[in-house]
Amino acid sequence: MKRPWLAALAPYLWLAVFFAFPFLLVAKLSLSHTVLAIPPYAPQLDLSQGHAGVRAFVHQLSFDTYARLTTDRLYIASYLSSLKFAAIATAILLIVGYPIAYGMSRFGPAARQGLLMAVILPFWTSFLIRIYAWIAILKPAGLLNQALALLHIGPLNLLNTDTAVIIGLVYAYLPFMVLPLYAVLEKQEESLIEAARDLGCTATGAFWRVTFPLSLPGVAAGALLCFIPMVGEFVIPDLLGGSDTLMLGRTIWTEFFANRDWPAASAVAIALLATLIIPIVLFQRQQAKVLS
Amino acid sequence: MRSFKKGPSAFNWLSVTLGLAFLYAPIVLLVLYSFNASRLVTVWGGFSTRWYVALAHDAQMLDAVWVTLRVGLISASLATILGVLAAIALVRAGWFRGRTLLSSMIYAPLVMPEVILGLSLLLLFVAFGLPRGFWTVTVSHATVTLCYATVVVQARLASFDRSLEEAAQDLGCTPLMAFMTVTLPNIAPAVAAAWMLAFTLSLDDLVIASFTSGPGATTLPMRLYSQVRLGVNPEINAVSSLLIGVVATGVIGVYLPQQRRRKPL
Repeated sequence: MKRPWLAALAPYLWLAVFFAFPFLLVAKLSLSHTVLAIPPYAPQLDLSQGHAGVRAFVHQLSFDTYARLTTDRLYIASYLSSLKFAAIATAILLIVGYPIAYGMSRFGPAARQGLLMAVILPFWTSFLIRIYAWIAILKPAGLLNQALALLHIGPLNLLNTDTAVIIGLVYAYLPFMVLPLYAVLEKQEESLIEAARDLGCTATGAFWRVTFPLSLPGVAAGALLCFIPMVGEFVIPDLLGGSDTLMLGRTIWTEFFANRDWPAASAVAIALLATLIIPIVLFQRQQAKVLS
Repeated sequence: MRSFKKGPSAFNWLSVTLGLAFLYAPIVLLVLYSFNASRLVTVWGGFSTRWYVALAHDAQMLDAVWVTLRVGLISASLATILGVLAAIALVRAGWFRGRTLLSSMIYAPLVMPEVILGLSLLLLFVAFGLPRGFWTVTVSHATVTLCYATVVVQARLASFDRSLEEAAQDLGCTPLMAFMTVTLPNIAPAVAAAWMLAFTLSLDDLVIASFTSGPGATTLPMRLYSQVRLGVNPEINAVSSLLIGVVATGVIGVYLPQQRRRKPL
């Protein structure tokens, strides 16, 4: 093809209209206030009035909703606990995911392909269904407690607790952690370890001095790939968490669907986005580096 | 020179086994209990297919399945076409004005919380006064999944040996013909995988559909979610098992041939 950039036109236009532009609308709406109308916010931009309409519109915008976010303890609490949940789950995922990815990379090429497939497959299976499966396991009379009863332990009250949310996050995002880690570990040359051992490293020493430092890009990619969406997670806290489990994704959902407070939902979304923008940019940089 | 033991150690075996057990146990249990005769999901009451029979008579559920399939087919096809175009531009065009913006718009939705994407798309439809329903969900799904499709195709296109295409041009092909007859068949497995990924993501999505859907366009995940909120129910296990079966078959069918073609490293 002579001008490959021409191919960019259609996706460019599509993403500008359906991805970039809507964010301006969210930003605009976060400066509006709620009214009992359809759509349930004011002011409305009236372009038929020309310049005066635009001025009247801009004049009515205010930061009131943001002021409410910073004074209402509920919003601050859900903001902090979202970050807390995502940070704890990311740390657990690294500890759980690393040995799995490392173990996979030690198998022969044929076995590795099979294992890779086995890790990817659950990721293709419905998220909602996989979280639903945990309800039956964690319920007070559920499968976990039935198993524990055989060992004379419990019963544990896990469903609708913060612990259940962490379990759900770790479970749902495990493939996202294992795959980037595996991608870097698989490429590592065995001869590097051999060289380290020849120079007197123990097996553990060689791992910490050679394997692990070289895998840090994978660690960063996995951590970002999990942390960013987890902060805004909705399904997991909603189905596995308790009524007091606060997370931003759930707050946006409640403000929007239950309270019909569209400006508040938008302001929370903007606050969430502002928090995630740095990790998102870091993630993009890394993806661009890997793919080009 | 000392020789070091290659291949997996006992610890490697253990971590991989435990990891896979953790990933698969909930899914296996869910499928197992869909064949439970008892209404109580977690108490085994003997083998039965009664929930599958009940499912076949659940008109609302079947309707949701039909909506979901249509949304998935159309949105995945749109996403794949746009994704292939975006991948071509990103891999082949070198630097062009707006390349950074394009790649930002491609990578951002991959990690952006779905709640934000759903809310922003909804506001777009409201701003233009579009009635929410089948088409708004389809367009929304195409928007999000096109990014995944791009990444899948981009990875394959980047590793494709361009000299083959150049050879075709030396033999008299126009650049476009060379692309269509040499490159496209070569990246076809990746295009199929991209479509499949877009399709399953669409089948799976609850959050974006909930924001952008309207009356008469309830997708299967929306239907499941409203039932799940009322508690576990064996019929949900049955429909979930069917969905898992369909997706697993499709993924293995698309993925395996692609793996075989790839040269062993």
